Amino acid sequence: MSSIESASADEPQAWFKLDQDGRKLAMGGAWTIAESARLDRELSGLNLEGRGDVAIDASKISRLDSTGAWLLLRTRRALESAGAKVSTFTVPALYQPLLKTLDQERKVERSRSRIPAGFRGRLYRIGRAVMQAYVQAVSMLGYLGRVTVETGEAIAKPKHKFRIAAMFHQVEETGINALPIVGLLAFLIGVVLAYQGADQLKRFGAEVFTINLLGVGVLREIGGLITAIIVAGRSGSAFTAQIGTMRVNEEIDAMQTMGLNTVDTLVLPRIIGLVIALPLLTFFADVMGLIGGAFMCYFQLGITIPVFMRQLSDAISVNTLMVGLIKAPVFAFVIALVGCYEGFQVERNAASVGLLTTRSVVEGIFLVIVLDAAFSVMFSVLGI
Amino acid sequence: MAETKEKDVVIKVRGLVNGFGNKVIHDHLDLDVYRGEVLGVVGGSGAGKSVLLRSIIGLIHPLEGSVEVFGQPTAGEIEGSGMRQLEMRWGVLFQEGALFSSQTAAENIQVPLREYTSMSQELMDEIACMKLGMVGLSSDTGSKYPSELSGGMKKRAGLARALALDPELLFLDEPTAGLDPISANQFDELIKQLQQVLGLTVFLVTHDIDTLRAVTDRIAVLVNKKLVIGTMDELRKNKDPWIQDYFSGVRGRAALASEEAH
Repeated sequence: MSSIESASADEPQAWFKLDQDGRKLAMGGAWTIAESARLDRELSGLNLEGRGDVAIDASKISRLDSTGAWLLLRTRRALESAGAKVSTFTVPALYQPLLKTLDQERKVERSRSRIPAGFRGRLYRIGRAVMQAYVQAVSMLGYLGRVTVETGEAIAKPKHKFRIAAMFHQVEETGINALPIVGLLAFLIGVVLAYQGADQLKRFGAEVFTINLLGVGVLREIGGLITAIIVAGRSGSAFTAQIGTMRVNEEIDAMQTMGLNTVDTLVLPRIIGLVIALPLLTFFADVMGLIGGAFMCYFQLGITIPVFMRQLSDAISVNTLMVGLIKAPVFAFVIALVGCYEGFQVERNAASVGLLTTRSVVEGIFLVIVLDAAFSVMFSVLGI
Repeated sequence: MAETKEKDVVIKVRGLVNGFGNKVIHDHLDLDVYRGEVLGVVGGSGAGKSVLLRSIIGLIHPLEGSVEVFGQPTAGEIEGSGMRQLEMRWGVLFQEGALFSSQTAAENIQVPLREYTSMSQELMDEIACMKLGMVGLSSDTGSKYPSELSGGMKKRAGLARALALDPELLFLDEPTAGLDPISANQFDELIKQLQQVLGLTVFLVTHDIDTLRAVTDRIAVLVNKKLVIGTMDELRKNKDPWIQDYFSGVRGRAALASEEAH
């Protein structure tokens, strides 16, 4: 690896010398950045204590750049703060302006991290993270309130406010365009579930109950959950990135100055669009999951389709399907809300878009699973 | 500048051709930049000012022609170490500062120091602080991230980073664009002062006629895919309609008037 230190070997070496009686500090050679690391080490080894009057003679310096000049000035300051008096300070006339400019600079402050080290630092970080989470939660709650109010208004005066074309565009984006990926994954989940279920239940000779496991598992939980997670990753992130990019470009600011309400124009179509699309997607995922399971049952257990259908209709009821589907609009609302909210948090730099998009997906999936758990508790209390 | 008399050529461009698709931007340009001078490059939007800068520093490979900086070719195939030697000797300030957003201003300045020198962390902190002072930023700016800085501060911090290795040659891409007139004036003063104090050669791309008047020794105008080079007075006598418009338009006259008032 080449470094600046090896680059300028043709120049005279920088040197400095303190007289034996310690009254005169002579310097010469090329005091440049190339020599600075070595000079820094050697200068810090200099004993400056108890000097009295010292003359600095830098007139033999053949080349000086700002780094070298800094070292020169620093040495003078160190001498002064050690109690010595610098009686004369000679430098070549050519470099006078540079030294004069640099001498005006204030004292050095450590530009290190503001976080203390060690245990206190760790405590500080934990505290800061907790406070950030708290502030974020409060702010998101406020946003939820605003969106709720605006939704109410939009429903109360739909003609004036509601943007139907934008909403259907979102249904297409988040729903129809997601069909292939959701369908494929739900099918595969059905296959896996049936395969694993059959493997375990075979030991009790209860292979046929694989279908019960599949029906209840897919319709009540897995179908809705897997769809919500895919959509959080696919559409929640897209919402954040779209709105975030608009913020970076000042499009949001432009809209506001034109009197366009950003909740009406950007947030509501996305939320309502996703609330429509996600239950439909979930139903599609349920069907694909069952088809995947049926496929596996046929090849693994030799259960024919009519037998599968009969067992399935014994195992599940409309309620089973509804329990799964009723969760979907709630998931959709949370995913879209988080996606839009994080989009509006983007600051005016590109890095912030990426950061908040990641956060939007993580929070979306987190909240979906938390809500799913809450639903499970609620249903079991209600005895559904 | 005393060094100008020696006519030591720092940047040498010969027969440079650049273009995108069918559109030719530079048609066989020749340019010499001498040691210690400030060369201003002007031209209309899309005339290829930034393209010229980028082909000199090797970010764009020209279709034809040669570019030498300190006698080292920067266009075409270059073996790595030669380019690395060059990169230590020049500093580049991009339009928006191009600060690394994941690092504080001080860390940004220390990036080239860390890469090319074996300085101790302490000395690097001091140097970062000093450079910030040189460009007129207070030392507590050092601990701020680029997102916490204003546009003008970003440019100053970018300049501090470009100056980190004490380069001999400085490339500035529209340093005063997007700054208010007062900040722009301060920036002009700063560039002039640094250039005089450090004896830099400066290649300055700009739209700003005040900057041209304040800091440049010579001006290269990109017009009709060619370069017209001269001092401001020489260019004012040029018959080309674009150059006439540029230097004698309302803004040009205002800059001239303020010059005469000085």
